[in-house]
Amino acid sequence: MLTLYTRRRLINALCLGISALAMLFGLIWLGWILWTLLANGLPQLSTAVLTQMTPPPNSTGGLLNAIAGSLMMTFLAALIGTPIGILAGTYLAEFGQRGWLAPTTRFINDVLLSAPSIVIGLFIYEMYVIKIGHFSGWAGALALSILVIPIVIRTTENMLRLVPNTLREAAAALGAPQWKVINLVTLRAARAGIITGVLLAVARISGETAPLLFTSLNNQFWNSDMNEPMANLPVVIFQFAMSPYHDWQSLAWAGALLITFSVLSLNIMARVLFRQKSTTY
Amino acid sequence: MPTFLREVHMKRHNLLDILFRNVTCLSAFAVLVLLIAIIVSLIIGSLPSIKAFGFQFLTSAEWDPVMDEFGALVPIVGTLVTSAIALLIAIPVSFGIALFLTELSPRWLRRPLGIAIELLAGIPSIIYGMWGLFVFAPLFADYVQPWLIEKLGPLPILGPLFQGIPMGIGVLTAGIILAIMVIPFIASVMRDVFEVVPTLLKESAYGLGATTWEVMWHVVLPYTKIGVAGGIMLGLGRALGETMAVTFVIGNAHQLSASLLMPGNSISSALANEFNEAVGKLYTSALVELGLILFLITFIVLSLARYMLYMLTKREGSTS
Amino acid sequence: MSVEKTVNPKLVVRDLNFYYGAERALKDINLTIPEKMVTAFIGPSGCGKSTMLRTFNRMYQLYPKQKATGEVLLDGENILDKKQDLNTLRAKIGMVFQKPTPFPMSIYDNIAFGAKLYENLSRHDMDERVEWALRKAALWTEAKDKLKQSGTGLSGGQQQRLCIARAIAVKPQILLLDEPTSALDPISTAHIEKLIDELKEEFTIIIVTHNMQQAARVSDYTAYMYLGDLIEFGDTRTVFTNPKRKETEDYITGRFG
Repeated sequence: MLTLYTRRRLINALCLGISALAMLFGLIWLGWILWTLLANGLPQLSTAVLTQMTPPPNSTGGLLNAIAGSLMMTFLAALIGTPIGILAGTYLAEFGQRGWLAPTTRFINDVLLSAPSIVIGLFIYEMYVIKIGHFSGWAGALALSILVIPIVIRTTENMLRLVPNTLREAAAALGAPQWKVINLVTLRAARAGIITGVLLAVARISGETAPLLFTSLNNQFWNSDMNEPMANLPVVIFQFAMSPYHDWQSLAWAGALLITFSVLSLNIMARVLFRQKSTTY
Repeated sequence: MPTFLREVHMKRHNLLDILFRNVTCLSAFAVLVLLIAIIVSLIIGSLPSIKAFGFQFLTSAEWDPVMDEFGALVPIVGTLVTSAIALLIAIPVSFGIALFLTELSPRWLRRPLGIAIELLAGIPSIIYGMWGLFVFAPLFADYVQPWLIEKLGPLPILGPLFQGIPMGIGVLTAGIILAIMVIPFIASVMRDVFEVVPTLLKESAYGLGATTWEVMWHVVLPYTKIGVAGGIMLGLGRALGETMAVTFVIGNAHQLSASLLMPGNSISSALANEFNEAVGKLYTSALVELGLILFLITFIVLSLARYMLYMLTKREGSTS
Repeated sequence: MSVEKTVNPKLVVRDLNFYYGAERALKDINLTIPEKMVTAFIGPSGCGKSTMLRTFNRMYQLYPKQKATGEVLLDGENILDKKQDLNTLRAKIGMVFQKPTPFPMSIYDNIAFGAKLYENLSRHDMDERVEWALRKAALWTEAKDKLKQSGTGLSGGQQQRLCIARAIAVKPQILLLDEPTSALDPISTAHIEKLIDELKEEFTIIIVTHNMQQAARVSDYTAYMYLGDLIEFGDTRTVFTNPKRKETEDYITGRFG
């Protein structure tokens, strides 16, 4: 018969062991997925991938048009979403003490933060693609910008809240009007955090496939006209990976490797940046 | 300084103050407009389907584009079942990870491990899908599924869930991939929530001679249960709406099957696969209605999640 | 102390009441603060001394549910009046806080920030103003070679003097100091106390402090507050050596003992 104390210690050891296993379990998937990407993607990487257009089935080519399209749409989405996000986040943090608008917006925004992205694609399809009659790069950028906005709002508000109130008071005590206090002092103090938020948002959208399926779709050729359907890495990877053609599948792996490592390095960059800056204030 | 200059400055500043305030206010308002626009546009898009099928849409398993007969039962069930499997796996694993990160891990390892878990969340979902289809599914079909069919298939109640042929792809595979995807979300919320537990509370439990596990299970978990539930709901919201990872491995078959090993369909993968090829007003409209249903389900789940997390922070504010 | 100096009233407080929501934090306060002298507010924490300071520049208006009634007359004009423009008021009444609050910008820009708000100074004039303010705040020799560096890089005591320089660069008439040395080491504290003594040549100074020796050292007049009431107000020497009220004596001797 075990004494009560021994039994308690055994249970403790068992549960802690399982917890360590759970941690290992999480890490194994990360390692496995990254290893798969390297093993399948690295051999496919070549200058052709970065310099040639997406090929027809059973011939060689690259991903240049898809990479360019992704860059353009991501950039424009960030350009549209960031100012709206920062302004709205500023409202929540700086003017949001009274009234119903701020709490409601905060709640809705938190919900939109994890809303299914495919529905956002559907929304832009209904609102924009149907109206103009064809898929387009603009539609893709719009859909992505809707994903950017909630992330930027959230981080802007959080970062502004970290700015000590004494800083606002000190600026106000000099007779500075509120718009100057916010623009020259508070937002500036929260700058590193807000940039982190924008980087994380960019990382998030650059891997998104679902919202682009019904908006920018794809384009086999080089296209720099945002009013035309536009190639982009995620959708190309999706189509190529699901295809029966070996050449296409190989390119899909190369694309997958590119996209994952750019997204992950953006993530790490954002964190490193925030950590450095956050220690100085 | 001359007083007239101050007057001019004063007027300009007051004007700019009002302007700035209104511009930010308008941006915040835009978020509300966005939500309403999403719901309204989806409702308008699904009107033909709503008119044609009414409530039957939710209960019919028919999905026949040729005859223009559509029912949402198969994808709805697929979405719910894959998410349930995902949570079943993800909840204990996430709890273990959060426990490890807050209580067990040596201090120097916490940050790198935390970042690793967050990187798992950062991997684009399409990568999970590809990996699931090309790497996980074949191994699953060769090594795990035959075993499941052999050992669990003949059981009385559970049996029907695990019968069929080992194909690799299917509802169970989709659920597992989803689990891996939502683990980092749930784990990081749980970790954050565990960290708000006052040190004093934990120390007083340790002070009574409790083991780490007992402190976690009897003190930390009850204290944070609302937040933990919120984190789980958040993960559920993610799982319900996830598209690409599921689309690759679920099999995209409009059939209702008791077995988890058989291919099925989910709302999001039906949309991803069929929307661009859909011909005809009713077909498109039925798909938009699927999107509307998905949005409403996730909206409710995510609202509950946020509400629970707010409750926790509110209590924090009132006790401290 | 400065008994021979002529006393002109600068700030007259009449029937001032202050509310945090329903809670009354200041109760029917009446007092007159003399020009170009140092007036200290002392009392246990929660007595309302900081609240008092924050009504003088209406800092409380940043927060909902806080309100003040009564009158505070600055040179005869009621600053609690609704028509009073807050920013102009705050340009006339500067404030330095408990903890140093350097803005996330260079030392130069920190000081120019306030001065730029209400005056169109040429580059040369601004340079002069910055130097003047830094000299007044006894920071010039330490900072003159790093004007372009971030203000957050200075030591705590230097940061606080930077904040004083920033406040006086606007050329206010009154300077409110809210426990300006409570976060500083003794040497920096001595620096700032010496500074206060010099600054009263030009500015009316109102200081809140929990440190009674400090009040005795730097102020000409002292107000003792307790739970929102003004218990005693008068010449610092009288208040400390011969208080009229027993409560004041208890507080002063209790702390000294």
